[in-house]
Amino acid sequence: MTTVRTQFRHSRESGNPANKGAREALRAYWIPAFAGMTMFWCAFGIPLAAQDTMPPAPYAYRQLADPALEAKARALMETLRCLKCQSQSIADSDAPMAGDMRSQVRIRIAAGEEPEAIRDWLRERYGDYVSYRPQVGAATWPLFAGPLVLLLVAGAAMWRRFERRR
Amino acid sequence: MIAELGLAALWLAAALAALQLVCGALATHAGEGHDLALLTRPAAILQGGLAAFSFAMLVWVFAITDLSVKLVAANSHAMKPLVFKLAGAWGNHEGSMLLWVTVMALAGVLIAAVERRLPERTMQATLAAQGFVALGFYAFLLLSSNPFERLPIPAAEGMGLNPLLQDLGLAFHPPTLYFGYVGLSVAFSFAVGALVTRQVTPEFARAMRPWVLGAWVFLTLGITAGSYWAYYELGWGGWWFWDPVENASLMPWLAATALLHSAGVLAARDALRAWTIMLGVVAFSMSMLGTFLVRSGILTSVHAFAVDPERGSFILALLAIYIGGALLLFALRAGTVSEGERFAVASREGALVVNNVMLSAVLAIVLLGTLYPLLTEAFDVRVSVGPPYFNPVGTIFVAPMLLAMAVGPLLRWRQDSLGRVNREVALVAALILAALVLVSIVGEVSLLPLIGLSLAGGLAVASLLPLGGRTLRRVPLATWGMVAAHFGIAMALFGMASDSAFTKERLAALEPGQSAEAGPWRVTLDRVEPVAGPNWTALQASLSASYKGGEPIVLTPQARSFWAPPQQTTESALATRWNGQLYAVIGQEAGRGRWQIRLWWKPFVTWIWLGGMLVALGGVLALIGRVLADLKRRSVTRRARARRDEARALVAEPAE
Repeated sequence: MTTVRTQFRHSRESGNPANKGAREALRAYWIPAFAGMTMFWCAFGIPLAAQDTMPPAPYAYRQLADPALEAKARALMETLRCLKCQSQSIADSDAPMAGDMRSQVRIRIAAGEEPEAIRDWLRERYGDYVSYRPQVGAATWPLFAGPLVLLLVAGAAMWRRFERRR
Repeated sequence: MIAELGLAALWLAAALAALQLVCGALATHAGEGHDLALLTRPAAILQGGLAAFSFAMLVWVFAITDLSVKLVAANSHAMKPLVFKLAGAWGNHEGSMLLWVTVMALAGVLIAAVERRLPERTMQATLAAQGFVALGFYAFLLLSSNPFERLPIPAAEGMGLNPLLQDLGLAFHPPTLYFGYVGLSVAFSFAVGALVTRQVTPEFARAMRPWVLGAWVFLTLGITAGSYWAYYELGWGGWWFWDPVENASLMPWLAATALLHSAGVLAARDALRAWTIMLGVVAFSMSMLGTFLVRSGILTSVHAFAVDPERGSFILALLAIYIGGALLLFALRAGTVSEGERFAVASREGALVVNNVMLSAVLAIVLLGTLYPLLTEAFDVRVSVGPPYFNPVGTIFVAPMLLAMAVGPLLRWRQDSLGRVNREVALVAALILAALVLVSIVGEVSLLPLIGLSLAGGLAVASLLPLGGRTLRRVPLATWGMVAAHFGIAMALFGMASDSAFTKERLAALEPGQSAEAGPWRVTLDRVEPVAGPNWTALQASLSASYKGGEPIVLTPQARSFWAPPQQTTESALATRWNGQLYAVIGQEAGRGRWQIRLWWKPFVTWIWLGGMLVALGGVLALIGRVLADLKRRSVTRRARARRDEARALVAEPAE
């Protein structure tokens, strides 16, 4: 696959149900996009009501033909949060948005992108919240320092306990 | 009238909890023989009766769907099947809190009526602590979540119960966990009692142990059932999501597991005194924290049906009072509790200390990973902590703990050497290494499942070794319990690792008549048809599934639509074999007469829950064994005392 089609029908905000006119305007936008235009929909807030009437993205419920690539995509999907759900990865969700993200991941994997590059791409758009794998950073270092400190404390506690017994 | 009776009983029960607290505290303060001490036990017993009555009244208004009660109108529906009407009584915030205090009050009845081993002053302090904890929950119920509140005008029809919760498994899932939480609160009361009177003795550990064991069994069952529910209800074959709500039930379990083992050391060897008390405090804190996370609405998920910050702050205040108070008491008194008997590294106690430290570390990791995102969210930084964090970090601590679990039961108390058990250790190590090599040769398995698979076999064998060289008929029940529980852990570990290593997924769009393959299964879509239940309609697929070309089985997954409240759920269909499960789901229509069918072949996945059940069974065996042994010991002491009295009487007579 040479061109990467990007069809995102969601943004971070779910928005209010739009009036009919707006929905039709969006539909008019959507059809050419679906026909193959490369478009980034993330910038637009598209109401939830409009999403359900559209067919799911091409690879939302379809696996890649190559099992190795599919496994790679699957592993990545399991570590991405479905932003519309509660504590579910996009690999575990029926939400239309999760379907779109799955499709996105599969298409990009098939195009030869590395999983971590796709993760970064998604994090750029949705923030760190979308990735279940926290990155070491200013806001998250205690998550990684914590286990190290624990390891030291646990080791020291056992050492002291047994040292005194000798 | 029924609702008012329930409310009145609840107020009276609260008053009795206050009485229990005051009498118990005064009696503890004044020492033995205080008149008020006579009131403590009857107050606890009567309080239990009243709370149970109040809960029965709530179930009653749900059974008759009394729509003038706000809670019924908000959570029930006349059309709902009776069993879900009854379960609806505790499938909501207020009702579940009432269930909590009821179970707690009934536990109080049991302690007050039965427990006479400990010094009376310790018992008074224990009952006072119990009254104190109960009082907080009564206040919470009566002041901020009255389950019996009436509507000014009765509703015409109820709002219904979340369809995801209209499932038999889930109807009994919350009560199971609550039993566990409450058991830990009893253990906590015992710990406070022992700390107040400085009587941290093996007797105390023996009195507390059945409660910890019982709580642990219920928590194990609750977590196992909850995980299986998530597995078949959510429709994607996942069984653990590291969801904060799941973590909220896992954390008390980890603490209870550690407490169970350290209480065992205290009971058998009079060691680890302060540590056992500390774990008692931690275990209860974790169950309170679990309640807070689930009930306060701080998390928005299926479980957090109550979204109300006012309640959240109430529970947070209770949490601060109980945990803060307990930690303060511990800090003040721990110095006066000596550590107890000593032991060597290579001893049963040594292995149990490793187990305890590692379990506490895992607990700390889960706590950190669960609370951290909430903390950063308060500063408007949103992060997600999920499986890619918990799995590897948890493994760092779980793997050594499992090794200690394999070797520990083979060691003697107090002082031993690994040399004495070198043949067993070598056997287990060889099995683990062999599995490691075998699995890495056979297939491409990622690191964590590889560790899991290679440990599982060795652990299973190791868990059976304590039975070696013994007459099986004379092995104590508690030992059988340990063996079963450890074997169950190995089984569950194998199931988890196998599921993540070998699952085959197949997503297909099928026309009736077409088929798809998932692992060794060939699945044909026969037809899709509408079906109807009591309060739902559904699209149902009929699938013929055949395993390796054998006789086909018919599977009927459904996509259900409930109308009160309107919501859709997937009902997966499962074909279970001893070596795994086929998981089938019907999704949306895929156009041109085709349907989305999702299939998973999950080798040995059922072993996760079978293992969990075995762990719980182990707990039950140990509980029965301990209680029987206690009863026997009690009757022996009674007989010995009677004989001594008789002998004294005989000696005394001629002297006169």
